[in-house]
Amino acid sequence: MAIASAGFRELRLDGMSRNFGAHNALKEISLTVQRGEFIALLGPSGCGKSTALNCLAGLLSLSDGAIWLDEKRIDTLKPEERGFGMVFQNYALFPHMSVRRNVGFGLQMSGVPKAEIERRVDEALNVVRLTSQGAKLPGQLSGGQQQRVAIARAIAVEPPLVLMDEPLSNLDAKLRLEMRAEIRRIHRLLGSATIYVTHDQDEALSLADRIVVLRDGEVRQIGTPQDLYRRPLHADVAEFMGFRNALPGRLVRRAGEEIEVDCGFAGTIRGQAVDVAGERVVVAIRPADLVPMADGPIQAEVTGLEYRGEAYYGTATGPGGAELYFRTDEPLGVGAAVRLGAPAERTLVYAAGGVG
Amino acid sequence: MSADRRPRRRTLADRGIDGVTLLLLPAALFVVLLFVYPFVYGLLLSFAPKEGGWLGNYSKFFSDPYMYGTIWLTLRLALPVTLLNIALSVPVAMQVRHMKRQRLLTTILVLPITLGTVLVAEGLLNYLGPQGWLNRTLILIGLIDHPIRLVHNYWGVFISLVITGFPFTFLLTLSMISGIDPALEQAAATLGARARSRFRHIVLPLIVPGLAVTFCLAFVDAFSVFPSAVMLGAPAGETRVISFAAAQAAFEQYDYSYASAIAMIMAVVQFGFVGLVLTARGLFYKGPVGGGKG
Repeated sequence: MAIASAGFRELRLDGMSRNFGAHNALKEISLTVQRGEFIALLGPSGCGKSTALNCLAGLLSLSDGAIWLDEKRIDTLKPEERGFGMVFQNYALFPHMSVRRNVGFGLQMSGVPKAEIERRVDEALNVVRLTSQGAKLPGQLSGGQQQRVAIARAIAVEPPLVLMDEPLSNLDAKLRLEMRAEIRRIHRLLGSATIYVTHDQDEALSLADRIVVLRDGEVRQIGTPQDLYRRPLHADVAEFMGFRNALPGRLVRRAGEEIEVDCGFAGTIRGQAVDVAGERVVVAIRPADLVPMADGPIQAEVTGLEYRGEAYYGTATGPGGAELYFRTDEPLGVGAAVRLGAPAERTLVYAAGGVG
Repeated sequence: MSADRRPRRRTLADRGIDGVTLLLLPAALFVVLLFVYPFVYGLLLSFAPKEGGWLGNYSKFFSDPYMYGTIWLTLRLALPVTLLNIALSVPVAMQVRHMKRQRLLTTILVLPITLGTVLVAEGLLNYLGPQGWLNRTLILIGLIDHPIRLVHNYWGVFISLVITGFPFTFLLTLSMISGIDPALEQAAATLGARARSRFRHIVLPLIVPGLAVTFCLAFVDAFSVFPSAVMLGAPAGETRVISFAAAQAAFEQYDYSYASAIAMIMAVVQFGFVGLVLTARGLFYKGPVGGGKG
């Protein structure tokens, strides 16, 4: 395959900040991205992830900080001078141009000779498996095909960095899974660095080499998908990574990482201390790990049950009115009393009110 | 339970007739009475000249340079004015679309439409006349020695047509340009297109069909210029526009038949240009100007 990314060693964000009036949308983001890396910017809506991507693309200017590509400072360059490929959320295909002209647009702008453009458009369309659709207008293609054209257009210029802004959010569930695999394959093929914005943790976990979790414009955690899934460093990151149960409690006993917490139930809850400072703590457990057990420390009343194929997932209310999400293999009636518990190694404990 | 298996009664909608569309009938009747009927009446009248055969009026018009020259005189005003207005509207609209105080500016620009041609013409007579502010100011600051002649000639009509025509083309152009998804230009920028190329390759091709329609509307409006040609121009000379010739025939010579013929010639010229432009428009992309789904 002849398409490859332009060579560079690393992209460095150095205290990248952006304000909108008095609102700090991005606060001092620092990150180093190696060539070939796939980085996911993950966070809830309004966390600043799209702002970060637009700053990288040059569509927004920085309020403070700098962006470096190797030894070259690029945050002062206009978007057309950066040469990054960008895939937009709504694809932003040029509706009046054929698929081929869309894909070749970047090459045409940089003055590549016609024959060379034709060859590289062929290659880019080949990479996204759309060779037969070249003559059509974008409006004649399905959503998934438009998505592929958008990717082909971004990679045809062989950019050092490919930026993707929630590119799968407009596709249906099945197509999303297919395109996920495609994006991963294309990324490997190019050898470029990819920065991928998403609010979907599954997407980030399955695609990225490293995930950057953003919240309120700040980096909360940077780590591999495995790190992030197993051991989120803060309570808010844990919540975002699927630890839906957050029970406030009081620290009873601590020995290194081993910790016991009193949450107002009959027994104490045993777990792993991740980020504990004072006596008041929050216990975080994934719904899949909280299951009925004979000696479970948490007594609750079932309020709802939902069948998901591999198991039932239910909601329950604890004594203090705490909302609980749990998994069960056997159906339970609404109103039934249940004792719930989770393995200590999958019960994470954080300082209470430690968000921010 | 009754065993009534008859299908539901077929409604108008089932037969492809939209009942609501029928509400158009009174309006259609109105158009027929107020437009089609006078038009047909005028057309027939034009073939019944006071003297000569049934084409007498038309041969009279095209054998008199003073008459057929009005077509050229009118075109000489209407075409440059329309093109200039469009050429001005596009860059102004490109700037205005990102402005926060768009409403205020739009209101100011639209004001000339609401004033009407006569009021604008009167204002210009005072402002641009030999003793008007403009000439006095220019003399005062020493730029000129003698007043420059800007009224009662071609330029007087030209300026008034630009002023009254611009808001119209501007508003249409602004709505077209605002309709283009900003992501398209951003995408073009990330692909290396500078502002100039973005305009040439993205914005312009997407608004050309709309500009063609704008041209037609503005051109027809300018071609039928009457009040400002009389008030600000030289109706006996270089701004003897075709509508003025028709008015003279009707109200000075009381030859309604001849006036009708002139009006028909006017219509044919307008239809000709509109047809030409709309045919050319067919060569361009006319679909939605969004960037894709969502």
